[in-house]
Amino acid sequence: MSEKSWFTEFPAMERADLVSIRKTMDGAYREFSREYGDIIESLFDPLLSFLIWFEQLLLQSPWLLVLGCLTGLVYLASRSWKLSLSVVVAMSLIGYFGMWDNTMRTLSMITVCTMLAIVLGIPIGIAMARSDRVQKVVTPMLDIMQTMPAFVYLIPVVMLLGIGKIPGLIAVIIYAIPPVIRLTNLGIRLVDKEVLEAATAYGATSTQRLLGVQLPLAMPTIMAGINQTIMMALAMVVIASMIGVKGLGQPVLKSITNQYFTLGLLNGLAIVVLAIIFDRVSQAWANRTQKHLGETAHG
Amino acid sequence: MAEQALIEVRNLYKVFGKKARQVMSSVHKGTGKDELLAETGHTLGLRDINLSVKRGEIFVVMGLSGSGKSTLIRHFNRLIEPTEGQILVDGTDVTKLNKKELEQFRRHKMSMVFQRFGLLPHKTVLDNVAYGLSVQGMDKSERNRKATEWLETVGLKGYESQYPSQLSGGQQQRVGLARALCTDAEILLMDEAFSALDPLIRSEMQDQLIELQAKLHKTIIFITHDLDEALRLGDRIVILKDGELVQMGRPEEILLQPATDYVEAFVKDVNRARALTVETVMQPPLNRISASTIGGALEQMRKLPENYGYYFSDKGYQGIVLQEALEEAAKTNADGSLKDDMVEELDAISPDAILESIIPDTMETEYPLPVVDSDGELQGELCRSDLIEVLSDANTQAA
Repeated sequence: MSEKSWFTEFPAMERADLVSIRKTMDGAYREFSREYGDIIESLFDPLLSFLIWFEQLLLQSPWLLVLGCLTGLVYLASRSWKLSLSVVVAMSLIGYFGMWDNTMRTLSMITVCTMLAIVLGIPIGIAMARSDRVQKVVTPMLDIMQTMPAFVYLIPVVMLLGIGKIPGLIAVIIYAIPPVIRLTNLGIRLVDKEVLEAATAYGATSTQRLLGVQLPLAMPTIMAGINQTIMMALAMVVIASMIGVKGLGQPVLKSITNQYFTLGLLNGLAIVVLAIIFDRVSQAWANRTQKHLGETAHG
Repeated sequence: MAEQALIEVRNLYKVFGKKARQVMSSVHKGTGKDELLAETGHTLGLRDINLSVKRGEIFVVMGLSGSGKSTLIRHFNRLIEPTEGQILVDGTDVTKLNKKELEQFRRHKMSMVFQRFGLLPHKTVLDNVAYGLSVQGMDKSERNRKATEWLETVGLKGYESQYPSQLSGGQQQRVGLARALCTDAEILLMDEAFSALDPLIRSEMQDQLIELQAKLHKTIIFITHDLDEALRLGDRIVILKDGELVQMGRPEEILLQPATDYVEAFVKDVNRARALTVETVMQPPLNRISASTIGGALEQMRKLPENYGYYFSDKGYQGIVLQEALEEAAKTNADGSLKDDMVEELDAISPDAILESIIPDTMETEYPLPVVDSDGELQGELCRSDLIEVLSDANTQAA
């Protein structure tokens, strides 16, 4: 009998063993989160207050002022009246359909997530570019972050920090940070060897090489990474709403459970509008500032 | 020798690979490049290089790709670390400098020009030229002033605010040259600096380099795979093959006395008429006549191996006199002065002239041409048969 079952069924471990492993690990983690949860949570307090402050800033300011600032920023970055006008029209429509507040919440979340992803991601990318060993360690971690279903890493985060903005932020960053890290690494590694050699030959220190040569020349690639990061952060908005992040994601979640097609569509479209604005503006800015690099790349 | 060696390379070895030091013993035993690669997976870059570069000369390192010439030049400013050996620049051993000292050394002692220019694409031409100075921390107005001057020197005035991608290849390399000159470094490393340019622009750049060098007297180490370029620019040439030094010498030595078959194969295609100067082919000056009377001249002439002589009065070279004519004149008036009508006109040539330019002159007369330097002194004589021998020697080898 045992031989037959070995042949037809995979020889799995005993059910009881598996349960005990699960129990031990879950217990240990629960113990850990009970012990250190508060301390870890308090570490994130400054970040939380910043998040709340920024969200309140966008919500409490008169909508005309916010729209004005937004359009001004878009124009400064892209120098295009057409794009700025489109932003005004799109944001007005969002407001008219009653999604202004949720859009502001999502906008603040995405902005903070992107800023954090850049602040964390670019130094990690630089470290990867400088050392093959770091690259060997970080690459599989990035693979895991990108392929592991978001729900799976939501569990420990929620166990540790409860539901709310901070766990949402962590989930979004875990999901969205890989592109900026990968492309910073790639961009720096692709910098023309001879240009870098020239800088070395003229006695540039490694900091001078990094800031004066490697980062500026890698910038188009890094910008592409940042762009991807923003897009992925927006894609996480709905999932983040499951753990209590307010914004455009929550109405979508509500629509799924209640089959409100129009509500879902409208909020979904608002997310798309935000994505398009971020994308076009960052692309236009990158193209404008890197015209000279572009010419050599194609020439 | 009175000339002082500025750079001295002693027993320089370079092995590429993870355990370079361990395989050195096998290299010292004389393992060849291919054997070493097969046995240990290590590539022999340079083997036992010894050379010295004099202050103020253009020293050309020449070889085909894979010969180790680019590896060698990168040892001078330690863009590549040697496996063994010493590099002395002005008495200090470059291989022993620590990180800070090395940065200072690169900033002030040597600058470099690259094959594909190595310009910073995101900076303007002016900022590129000033790059070396900005690395040194010089303030902006001062370094821009210097950079503007050097841009003007290389003939790119007005291009200051352009970006490298807006310039042609020749112009970009001028920017590279200006950048190298801008730091006032004594030594200029030029790594195949003109190889990426098309032939016409290349020869223009060579002219410009020679012109600049006449003014600046830098010590230039010039890498090339083009023998014509090496012969044109080099005061001395070293030829590398498979990481080993094959021959070192003045251009005409390389051309006329190739040390190995390899060098000989190299030089056989060179247009000697264009590469050699009169100086290298001429015979020693023997037939000089300076007496002012016919009798005196005849006396001098009889001691000469030939039956002609080049007549120098106190005003310098006048022309050629023939023994026959002197004897005729001496019969009637031995004490009379040597008159112009006995001197036949024959143009003198300069020792620096390239052979190609004096071929027509040699065709016009049956006598050897006098070689007279810029001080008006007779340096030698160039006989047609010697010229033909040198030129046809090249042709038979090429055939």
